[in-house]
Amino acid sequence: MLSDLLELTGEHLLLVAIAMALAIAIGVPSGIFLTRHEGARRWMLGFASVMQTIPSLALFGFLIPIPFIGGIGKRTVIVALVLYALLPIMRNTFVGIVNVDRAVCESAIAMGMTDGQLLRQVQLPLAAQTILAGIRVATVTTIGTATIAAAIGGGGLGVFIFRGVATVDTTQILAGAVPAACMALLADGGLGWIERKLSPG
Amino acid sequence: MLPNPMQLPLVEFRDVSYQIAGRVVLSGVSFSVDAGETLVLLGRSGSGKTTALKMTNGMLFPTSGQVLVEGRGTRDWDPIQLKRHIGYVIQEVGLFPHFTISRNVGLVPTLEKKQGIDQRVDLLLEMVGLPSKDFRNRYPRQLSGGQRQRAGVARALAAEPPLLLLDEPFGALDPVTRLELQDQFLKLRRDLNTTSIFVTHDIREAMRIGTRIILLANGKIDWIAPAEDFRSADTPEARAFLRTYA
Repeated sequence: MLSDLLELTGEHLLLVAIAMALAIAIGVPSGIFLTRHEGARRWMLGFASVMQTIPSLALFGFLIPIPFIGGIGKRTVIVALVLYALLPIMRNTFVGIVNVDRAVCESAIAMGMTDGQLLRQVQLPLAAQTILAGIRVATVTTIGTATIAAAIGGGGLGVFIFRGVATVDTTQILAGAVPAACMALLADGGLGWIERKLSPG
Repeated sequence: MLPNPMQLPLVEFRDVSYQIAGRVVLSGVSFSVDAGETLVLLGRSGSGKTTALKMTNGMLFPTSGQVLVEGRGTRDWDPIQLKRHIGYVIQEVGLFPHFTISRNVGLVPTLEKKQGIDQRVDLLLEMVGLPSKDFRNRYPRQLSGGQRQRAGVARALAAEPPLLLLDEPFGALDPVTRLELQDQFLKLRRDLNTTSIFVTHDIREAMRIGTRIILLANGKIDWIAPAEDFRSADTPEARAFLRTYA
């Protein structure tokens, strides 16, 4: 049981880590893109919002028949988790940058900063807290959602939960739910701490 | 600053108009600024004075006519070089909240990868009345409004620009601090012989600071005169402004 617990916790962590890494790698640049291209705003934020409204079990189901990204197993799980995590990251990146004090951006431009310098030296540092808040929300949600991965053979702590539900075994359910909850609390606390450290000045 | 070798005006507006969304902001504005002058653009809110200022460093471009800086049209300048070549101070200061005062002041020289930035920053901070040892490592939020504005002026002067643009730089300050900063500005002008275009809606400030005043009304030049002669200006708009002076 204990070795199972360790193994499944590790698997769960790995799923979340890969999904979050991909979601950040896609979400932050997309959010930046939105600040520079007004036309893409509606449909990109719209797409991400729609993804979030699909119930997670249904999304896993939809993805299974899709070639290359679908099928049974971890890959499908990761794709679904990324789709869920995208909205908070993309939206917070966009909002964080757009809300940087207009006077600060204007003076940066008037000083002769290039767009890249404005982004890297001014907008991203000043939006960092907001962006990280989005990442934190997405991480906590992803840790929870990843428990459903077991339903399509993705492994993780959900294995205990589904097994416990099937055999009406509360201990098994708790063996899955408690570590997942602890993981979420730790992620929330840790990322929240970094967020406070990032407050400008 | 060196005298202009070609005797060209530093800045020249040639029949400049600017429209946006069907609204005429400036129309048929022509004037020039010579080295050593402080030209004040005076006018009500919406008279087009800030627009004129933003056209000088290529933040905006005229819809018709031409703005020349050192004899070259602003469209012909590299847009980044033109902005780094001209100092700019805005009302809300716009210091970067996550940079220390010294990093803020040294911004343009750093972008230009200049040498000796630290010494230059120290010198400038002393010049604007912010002792370097007390202020260089502080953040903007640790300064008062007047001190932030001084830092803003120091930042604009950092790259030794031949021209300074100031957009109501002292507008948000209390009257006493404003007077102190105006004195500081006059002293800087004596010491550095700076050339500047100064936007304000305060005729007292215009008379104190300016060597020449242009009164803008509805995007047109209403009156243009040396500061000492402005009292005799004789248009309805000029009289309206002079009434606030008495």
